[in-house]
Amino acid sequence: MKALIAATPRRALVLTAVLAGVLLVLPAFANAYILSVAILILYFAYLGQAWNVMMGFCGQLSLGHSLYVGIGAYVSAALFVHFGIPPWLGIWAAVLACMAAGAAIGVLAFRFGIGGVYFALLTIAFAEFTRIGFDHLDWVGGSGGFFLPVTQREFNDVLALRGSPVMFYYVMLALTGAAFAFCTWLLRTRIGYYWQAIREDPDAAQALGINTFRYKMLAVVVSAGMSAFAGVFFAFYYNNLFPEQIFSMSRSIEIILGPIIGGTGTLFGPIVGAVVLTVLADGITELMAAFGWEVPGVKQVFYGICMLAVIVFLPNGIWPTLARRLGLERSNRGRGDGG
Amino acid sequence: MAAEGLLSVRSVSKSFRGLRAVSGVSFDVGQGHIVALIGPNGAGKTTCFNMIAGAFEPDAGEIHFAGQRIDGMRPDQVCLSGIGRTFQLVKPFAGLSVLDNVIVGALRRNRQVGVARRKAQAILERLGLAEKRDQPASALTLPDRKRLEVARALATEPRLLLLDEAMAGLRPTEIDQMVAVFRRLNEEHGLTIVLIEHVMRPVMALSREIHVLHHGELIASGSPDEVVRHPAVLECYLGAEAV
Repeated sequence: MKALIAATPRRALVLTAVLAGVLLVLPAFANAYILSVAILILYFAYLGQAWNVMMGFCGQLSLGHSLYVGIGAYVSAALFVHFGIPPWLGIWAAVLACMAAGAAIGVLAFRFGIGGVYFALLTIAFAEFTRIGFDHLDWVGGSGGFFLPVTQREFNDVLALRGSPVMFYYVMLALTGAAFAFCTWLLRTRIGYYWQAIREDPDAAQALGINTFRYKMLAVVVSAGMSAFAGVFFAFYYNNLFPEQIFSMSRSIEIILGPIIGGTGTLFGPIVGAVVLTVLADGITELMAAFGWEVPGVKQVFYGICMLAVIVFLPNGIWPTLARRLGLERSNRGRGDGG
Repeated sequence: MAAEGLLSVRSVSKSFRGLRAVSGVSFDVGQGHIVALIGPNGAGKTTCFNMIAGAFEPDAGEIHFAGQRIDGMRPDQVCLSGIGRTFQLVKPFAGLSVLDNVIVGALRRNRQVGVARRKAQAILERLGLAEKRDQPASALTLPDRKRLEVARALATEPRLLLLDEAMAGLRPTEIDQMVAVFRRLNEEHGLTIVLIEHVMRPVMALSREIHVLHHGELIASGSPDEVVRHPAVLECYLGAEAV
């Protein structure tokens, strides 16, 4: 930890502290709308980080991360509704279920040498057939949806995840902060080095004694487990779950756009990407509404334009360039990720 | 020889879609020896390496290393048994810094990144790459990438180092520097080395024994002086008329 702080430029530390401070006091100044946008940003920043572990760190492309969000959401919600198990307990079941799903995909793919695009297709396939499965699973409402009871409360109950948006904001902020700390730590351990080696060149990594199967499995399982937390949050924040929504391909794409635009493989990329995408997409929707225009799909078009712009002008994402401009790069890291 | 041999390759063969790349090749490498594998293009040298390093499984034959049978093992298992290798077509971790590249190798024996970093630093100094430690590996010139390959393999602290044309593309003075590095590693640490080279300068300077491959078969073995006078070697390198 000391070494980490010593290796980070002063400006970066100050900026991080200021950012953390602003985020901590934000609910005191924000209205309900701003708060809901902030929660959404944190939600995507968190999920982007989870996805980034797999793709950004280890180079394994998942296009089906909605699978883990959905499983996490459904497992915790079902345990809560049917058995009264509180989310802080149910979450561990959700994490285990997601890890098991990730491990199943990983074993199938990595044992049989399926990589790259074909691996990505496999992740889509799993998300899709899970969606179809849940459509017919009446125990959790099938395609008609699954609803958590909403009760009016006087107090915020953090352990039961029942309360005001402000409480959900702080829960999501804590999760995002924890994910950031976890990823920072991971990248500086042997695991992080091995993941990056596999991402850069799996053959060379294996020749250096790295059990590539084991470390790729670890990346998938860690990423899936992290995503489960976002699923549990989703279930208790929105209180309704529809397989068509939560497992859909477009959800998976939304998850990965942030880190791609922000900068895959970097620590701040997923966060920057989530801010940029959510703020701009919501801004555009608001703007259109203000003008009284009703254009369906404008958000998707906007996402497409953002993708194009980043791919053409900033192929490594926004963060590496931003970090360089702000002088936030760390001296002893080769990759210009500044964090 | 076989009794003290660190590495023993016993009549290994490998075919690719009917093309016999290596056929019934046997040789031994003694502990602390430096041995060269030479031969014209397509003679099967790299295929031999890949079988020793676990990248290919031999169709027939056995490979033993330090009393352990290693043919058919995965490359990472072969590395763990104590064999380090470089790739002919260099494979740097392009997005990582030079230092981080070597740290990955050093983590094989040291779980702590801090310890691995110090080891990696020492190896970079030994190979003259210390000043470039913070550059991304993608920014290196080809000779430096070759050095990086060697540095990374050495960081795994192997007993046997397989060098696949690690000195190709280097200038004569650079070759002499590398030769000096390998000689010191060999003398001070007892590192056993098997090298594939086209450039004869390092081969003659380093090797105690040379094996010549041609069309996948071993056609001659012996000391450098013997091998360069061997009729079969002269024939395959210079043509039958020269003999």
